[in-house]
Amino acid sequence: MTDGTPSLGHVPGTFRQAVLLSRYQFRDYLRSRRFVLMMAIVAIIGAILTFVLLYYNGAGLTGSSDAFYGTFWAGGVTVVIIFAGIIFGGDAIAGEFQNKTGYFLMGLPIRRNSVYVGKFLAAFTASLLSVLFYLVILLANGAYWFGGAALSVALFESFAIALLYLLALLGAVFLFSSMFKNSPYAVLVVAVLFLFGFSIIQALISGLVKVEPWFIITYAQNVISYPFLSSIPAHMETVKAPGPRGASITSYNPTYAEGLAIMGGYFVLTAVAGLLLFEREEFT
Amino acid sequence: MSPSLEARQLTRRFGAFTALDHLNLQVEGSKCIGFLGPNGAGKTTALKMFTDLIFPTSGEAFINGVSVQQERKRALGACGTLIETPEIYSSLSPREALELVGALRGMRPEEIRSRTTEVLEEVKMADWADKKVGRFSKGMKQRINIASALLSDPEVVLLDEPSTGLDPRGMAEVRDIVRGLKKGRRLIFMSSHILSEVIDVCDEVALLNHGKLLFHDTLSNVEKRLTGGATSVDLAFMGPVGDDTVTSQVAPLPGVVSIARVDATRLTLTIQGGPTVQSGILERLAAARLGLLSFEPSRSALEEVYLQEISKGDS
Ligand SMILES: Nc1ncnc2c1ncn2[C@@H]1O[C@H](COP(=O)(O)OP(=O)(O)OP(=O)(O)O)[C@@H](O)[C@H]1O
Ligand SMILES: [Mg+2]
Repeated sequence: MTDGTPSLGHVPGTFRQAVLLSRYQFRDYLRSRRFVLMMAIVAIIGAILTFVLLYYNGAGLTGSSDAFYGTFWAGGVTVVIIFAGIIFGGDAIAGEFQNKTGYFLMGLPIRRNSVYVGKFLAAFTASLLSVLFYLVILLANGAYWFGGAALSVALFESFAIALLYLLALLGAVFLFSSMFKNSPYAVLVVAVLFLFGFSIIQALISGLVKVEPWFIITYAQNVISYPFLSSIPAHMETVKAPGPRGASITSYNPTYAEGLAIMGGYFVLTAVAGLLLFEREEFT
Repeated sequence: MSPSLEARQLTRRFGAFTALDHLNLQVEGSKCIGFLGPNGAGKTTALKMFTDLIFPTSGEAFINGVSVQQERKRALGACGTLIETPEIYSSLSPREALELVGALRGMRPEEIRSRTTEVLEEVKMADWADKKVGRFSKGMKQRINIASALLSDPEVVLLDEPSTGLDPRGMAEVRDIVRGLKKGRRLIFMSSHILSEVIDVCDEVALLNHGKLLFHDTLSNVEKRLTGGATSVDLAFMGPVGDDTVTSQVAPLPGVVSIARVDATRLTLTIQGGPTVQSGILERLAAARLGLLSFEPSRSALEEVYLQEISKGDS
């Protein structure tokens, strides 16, 4: 014990602390069973995809590398992102209350914002690893069927949009996570909403009420496939059910700009709301 | 500037229930303050407001003159805290957890390394420095939490029942640690249920009941408060003492209010009066040659005052 000295250390800035915290949080993720689980999910999706392509002759099945990525990358990565969000983000904030790890951190000279952002960065990095793992599986398949043509500008574009989608989704998941102080409950609500809740609401709203569901995050996810399409799907399609009294079913597709705006908007709004909420939360 | 803590009209309600009621408390300088009170008195509630874990309904808390509510980061910079029993990310080792604490506090890497070794030695966890915290027992985790509170060698230390979950040797070690802390220019504020621990290491006590501060005084003044009240004394004899001996020789002594028999060789006396009366009784008992083996107060002065004050408030 060094006698008579004032406390050691010169407390770093808010963002610096967030980055420092995220490193240890990420290390915790890497060593956790949930990380193994997430990688296993990606591996299983990848294995099924590889098997289907081999069985049906990948080149013939999809025709071109753009069609290949449009179908398998864009289709699969949203699933990977949603799972990553649930697994890494679902209890990120709720767990701090439920598991009492928050008491360890919050007694330190650190702003609540730094804790929130630090945990977000860690969850984002862990999710990014699973997205990259999925990408590697796809690139291997793409190279096998289409050779060097597999890498395209469209793929980079789509990858960038996928990252924006990941940000938006994690933002929303973190907001939900800080609304509940109970981890299993937070994970359950997030899983139900993102795996099918939002899709059902989206179908109901567009199909029956005939309103474009621009306010639902999962509605924007189609945009990830747009870079591979020669023409972007019609903004609104109405299909009339057969028969004289058949109701008409309307479905919507976001425009490119709209999809990006929804993702960006979701990220910004949920991040701000989550930060404000966490700022007011008590460790009782 | 010497280290200080201050609560100004600090109040917290949970719904209609007032857990802490206008606490005004000011302590300054290098000393250790014991924060006492029965279960549910509001000690943890007060300490949580000192660390910004919860927010006051009204009032404010200051560490070294800095408002915790307005500038949590600056206020807690000079302060090591242990509130309730925090959990540490289970996949980290104590060394990594302390590294995180040191980094967030802005300590230099070599400072973190040397202090980590020091504090882990101090809480007797050096052998466990690189094992995963997830497998630790409650007491082992509590030791790491204590180490975390001390890592930055803080000027102000806030501890909420630091001995919780520790074995008897662990409790003794906590006392040693706190005594060691007192060597520096340091203010220690510690809630506790263990009066002997408080007597052992604290200079002042603050007593809380039903969210209200009953008194805040030095330990030596607490003893002076006792005069006038009834105290109880335990007597032990070498052999059995008969009821007639008790009635004829003990009961008539001046100051004895009542006598309770514990067993054949032990009695408990209730005495009205201060030290003079007590010493008079002891001398007469010894002179009576009844085989008196020991004569000691059943409770410490602090315990007496504690019970008196608490019961005053409850009646
Ligand atoms: N989140 C909460 N909601 C409702 N009441 C609460 C809450 N937290 C504390 N209380 C109440 O406030 C009172 C004070 O609790 P506190 O934990 O501060 O007591 P304490 O003095 O630390 O007790 P102990 O010695 O048992 O630790 C208790 O009656 C408790 O029930
Ligand atoms: Mg308590």
